[in-house]
Amino acid sequence: MTRGAVGLAAAGLAALGAATLALLAAIGRVTLFTAATVSHLVRPPFYAREFATALVQIGFFSLPVVGLTALFTGGALALQIYAGGARFSAEAVVPQIVAIGMVRELGPVLVGLMIAARVTSSIAAEIATMKVTEQIDALVTLSTDPMKYLTVPRVLAATLVMPALVAVGDIIGILGGYIVATGRLEFNAAAYLQNTAQFIEPLDIVSSLVKGAAFGFIAALMGCYFGMTSSRGAMGVGRATKSAVVAAAVLILGANFLLTEAFFSL
Amino acid sequence: MITFENIHKSFGPNHVLKGVDLTVDQGRSMVVIGGSGTGKSVLIKSVLGLIQPDRGTITVGGRATTRHDRDAFLSRFGMLFQGAALFDSLPVWQNVAFRLLRGRLKLPRDQARATAIDKLRQVGLGEDVADRFPAELSGGMQKRVGLARAIAADPDIIFFDEPTTGLDPIMAGVINTLIRDIVTDLGVTAITITHDMSSVHAIADDVAMLHDGKIQWTGPVGTLNDALDPHVVQFVNGRADGPIATIR
Repeated sequence: MTRGAVGLAAAGLAALGAATLALLAAIGRVTLFTAATVSHLVRPPFYAREFATALVQIGFFSLPVVGLTALFTGGALALQIYAGGARFSAEAVVPQIVAIGMVRELGPVLVGLMIAARVTSSIAAEIATMKVTEQIDALVTLSTDPMKYLTVPRVLAATLVMPALVAVGDIIGILGGYIVATGRLEFNAAAYLQNTAQFIEPLDIVSSLVKGAAFGFIAALMGCYFGMTSSRGAMGVGRATKSAVVAAAVLILGANFLLTEAFFSL
Repeated sequence: MITFENIHKSFGPNHVLKGVDLTVDQGRSMVVIGGSGTGKSVLIKSVLGLIQPDRGTITVGGRATTRHDRDAFLSRFGMLFQGAALFDSLPVWQNVAFRLLRGRLKLPRDQARATAIDKLRQVGLGEDVADRFPAELSGGMQKRVGLARAIAADPDIIFFDEPTTGLDPIMAGVINTLIRDIVTDLGVTAITITHDMSSVHAIADDVAMLHDGKIQWTGPVGTLNDALDPHVVQFVNGRADGPIATIR
């Protein structure tokens, strides 16, 4: 091996090592932030007004985007299942597959991703801007812990309200499938609803709601983490927002796999 | 009395404070001057624990800042930030009454609102401003609201970080006068960070100049114009030529 090749390999290894260390450091920082958030969840003071505001901002104002996403997805799912099922004369399974697909998988994941886009970005941009404009420092000088005042209400609200949003998404998704199946594919309305209701099991609903809570926690936590740790300036705010959304989306998909695997084993 | 003893602070390779020693006597108004990036803001943020010095001791009333009960300690301070740092999501009166509505004070809302309106009047703003949001106010009005928030809980020490930055000369004069009146009327100890010489003469009892991470000069404001230190002479007269490098 020539000296040039050895040098190149060493530089490559050094870059890999540096990237690995940076990744581990980032994981460590997020873990510490998560631990701090959880510890603050159970220690007063609690800011009820901020929690209520977050509940409305994250829950109520996300309903339109959640509803539309679920409605279109449910409708498209019904068409796809019908087309696929027709290949082996199984068109009749549309109600069951739409129901299980929406409740166990698409409902929580799509609502999670939409919340990552809408809520995580908003939280990260808001908190990062507060940092840039010294509002976080101002909170500290006013004897208020930014973790308690900014992070805890948002994370708690997202964790509690997301199961409700997912439930709404599941129902509207099934409704989307119902509208397409009865209007376009000539399914009997009563039979469609009966098949849906009979096929869904309590564990399906539990898995959907648990995923919702986990995704809500991740979405709000990432927004708060990247907002709190953003660098100064407009570029810092932009970078924090982008990083928060990407991290939340990836973590939601990763958590979805782990939770699916866990419920699969039950 | 606030004392800084041998305060050092670095940000990465940038050694900003290199052994600051400074004493601010009780009831006096100290103005710290110095070029941009010399660590003036770092100095006051170190007192409040917003930035941790790498080395050295800061004492307030004879006790190290690290040995105070944090909540009780912070309740002694008010701070006006450079950009006012008002909370966008809260109306003006809630910004002013922020500390009054929470923590150990926790006044009823109507009482906190009445106090906030009283403080707004002290800085020359009417009750009509109380329910507006910070984004609806001019820069000068935001500074006044920030000032009202700084004095809302009757602190005995107030920090002013670049209080006139971004304001027109008339509004800067108004803010300087307000600060002087507040410091005199309330009898508080004040530290002001600025490089606006008109502010220095309007606000200061004493002046300290920070240069190259250390206190270069300190003395009563009346002696500032007669100072022989070439750094002070260059800064006070706004000259490009002198010992202070103009490219930083």
